[in-house]
Amino acid sequence: MRGMLCAVPEELLAGAGHGSNDGGAIMGYRGFGRYKEALAAKTMDPKIMSVGQDGGVTTALLCYSIDNGIIDGAVLTRKSGPKWVPEQVIATSKKEIIECTGSIYALSPNMYKLKDAVREYALEKVGYVGLPCQIDALRKMQLYPFGARGIGERIALALGIFCSENFHMEGLRTIIEGYCKMPIEDVNKMHITKGKFMVEGKKHAEVGMKKASRYAQDGDSVCPDLVAEYADISIGSIGSEEGWNTVFLRTRKGIDTFYGAVSAGYIETDDINKAKPGLELLEKLALSKKAAAKENIEKRKAMGLFVTRDQYY
Amino acid sequence: MKVYDEVVNMVKPKFAYVHLAACSGCEISFIDNFERLLDMMDMVDFEYITLLKDVQEMPAVDIVFIDGAPCLQSEESVKMLKEARSKAGFLVAWGGCSATSCINNFSRGGQMAQPQHESFPQVCRIVKVDAFVPGSPPGPEMAYNIIKAFVEGDTEYLRYLTTYEVGGFACGCDLMKNIIENALCIGCGACAMSCPTRAITMVLGRPCINWERCVKCGACYAQCPRSFLPVPVMDRMMEGL
Ligand code: SF4
Ligand code: SF4
Repeated sequence: MRGMLCAVPEELLAGAGHGSNDGGAIMGYRGFGRYKEALAAKTMDPKIMSVGQDGGVTTALLCYSIDNGIIDGAVLTRKSGPKWVPEQVIATSKKEIIECTGSIYALSPNMYKLKDAVREYALEKVGYVGLPCQIDALRKMQLYPFGARGIGERIALALGIFCSENFHMEGLRTIIEGYCKMPIEDVNKMHITKGKFMVEGKKHAEVGMKKASRYAQDGDSVCPDLVAEYADISIGSIGSEEGWNTVFLRTRKGIDTFYGAVSAGYIETDDINKAKPGLELLEKLALSKKAAAKENIEKRKAMGLFVTRDQYY
Repeated sequence: MKVYDEVVNMVKPKFAYVHLAACSGCEISFIDNFERLLDMMDMVDFEYITLLKDVQEMPAVDIVFIDGAPCLQSEESVKMLKEARSKAGFLVAWGGCSATSCINNFSRGGQMAQPQHESFPQVCRIVKVDAFVPGSPPGPEMAYNIIKAFVEGDTEYLRYLTTYEVGGFACGCDLMKNIIENALCIGCGACAMSCPTRAITMVLGRPCINWERCVKCGACYAQCPRSFLPVPVMDRMMEGL
């Protein structure tokens, strides 16, 4: 275990938005929201591993949940075709869940599918996978269902994916075809790591995030949340070794589901503190996202623009 | 036991439900709380609600739900609203017709049996509103949540409904005007989910409103995570999950 773990003085941990583990030692990372446990994990299913984005934990958790009746379906996003246009789907089988594996860095308004999941598919226990801002939308919907009759109470599991920024479909295409000089159809996988936007396929190509970020949607610039602070379980790759996921367990439901999947052999875990680059890097990025959000919110307010009421940072 | 009941009844807030011009959908939604309705009756005394109780006159109460819009050409309906206001401590504009006028915005009069009835403004243009609940109808859970928050004095929950941000004239345009034009939209699709008439389709990650279908209920803007984000309530919720 590395010393960094307790680097944050205790008085800083008193306020909202700081995690601690159940035991005595404080997991003193700021910028991660409240969590009960942070660990490294990956799927034990070779099939998921071969198609998964990083450690395949999201897919493995959904598979475990559907096999064990924790959910009877999930609202997900998948690649609709070679042009990488995201499609929002309601998956009710393991096969459909696995088809949704892998990240697409373009807008996928899958919140709207929740209504169909409940009304048309009559799902009782709905799983949801979304970006941090979408998990915010989900929680707000559960608390204030202005137009979401009977949906909130059927959300059985909310998985949040780490997100630094997201792109309009045409922005994504511009990054890949303009900067990476590769037809989008030739891409098999895309990922954002180490400050670079990378594509794999017929060849490997990459562009620095500074350039790529020009095409990010502007709404992201006031978003303070890198690690899906309101999900039951948050999953991402930053901080972990290649082929692994960094995971935050935040709620009782999240812990139960996760450890259920571990003991049923769907997922294996490791100590995140042994991983390189580890939580230090993740914390740095999470805090810089918050700092940027704060700065942008203040800038916008100074311009007289409306900014989301009570948006935090 | 009798003394105990009396004491409990003394502190138990009284509730009334007043119906103005509307289709009754919001009242049905209120009742669609099913077994939760019993909890609501435990929290407040239902003194006046015509669907459930044979009482003709609204007594003084602590909290009233106003459903529907008042009609300016109907002395009776304006009087009823003003009376409800004067007799209630906390007034909730329950549902689109009351909070935003909703489909009543389209009225131009000329219909039988009352062709002279043409103006149906939002309740807040006639009386002070303490909480707005847009939606056509709002989810039944909203009624439960509000009554619970009211009896528990949970101002954290109520404060997002008590300002005039989510009440008054509303339209799908609010998403353009307040969210997209302020570069706040993140393409989550919550607005499309919440629209009762399916007037919103998500095109390239942004809401597109079919103006013919929009009934101006205000659900989409209220539901959008970028209009307000109830962070303290979310923090509290996470502890219970
Ligand atoms: S677009 Fe739909 S939800 Fe929004 S105000 Fe119109 S009818 Fe209501
Ligand atoms: S709910 Fe708000 S943030 Fe989400 S897609 Fe609609 S307008 Fe955009």
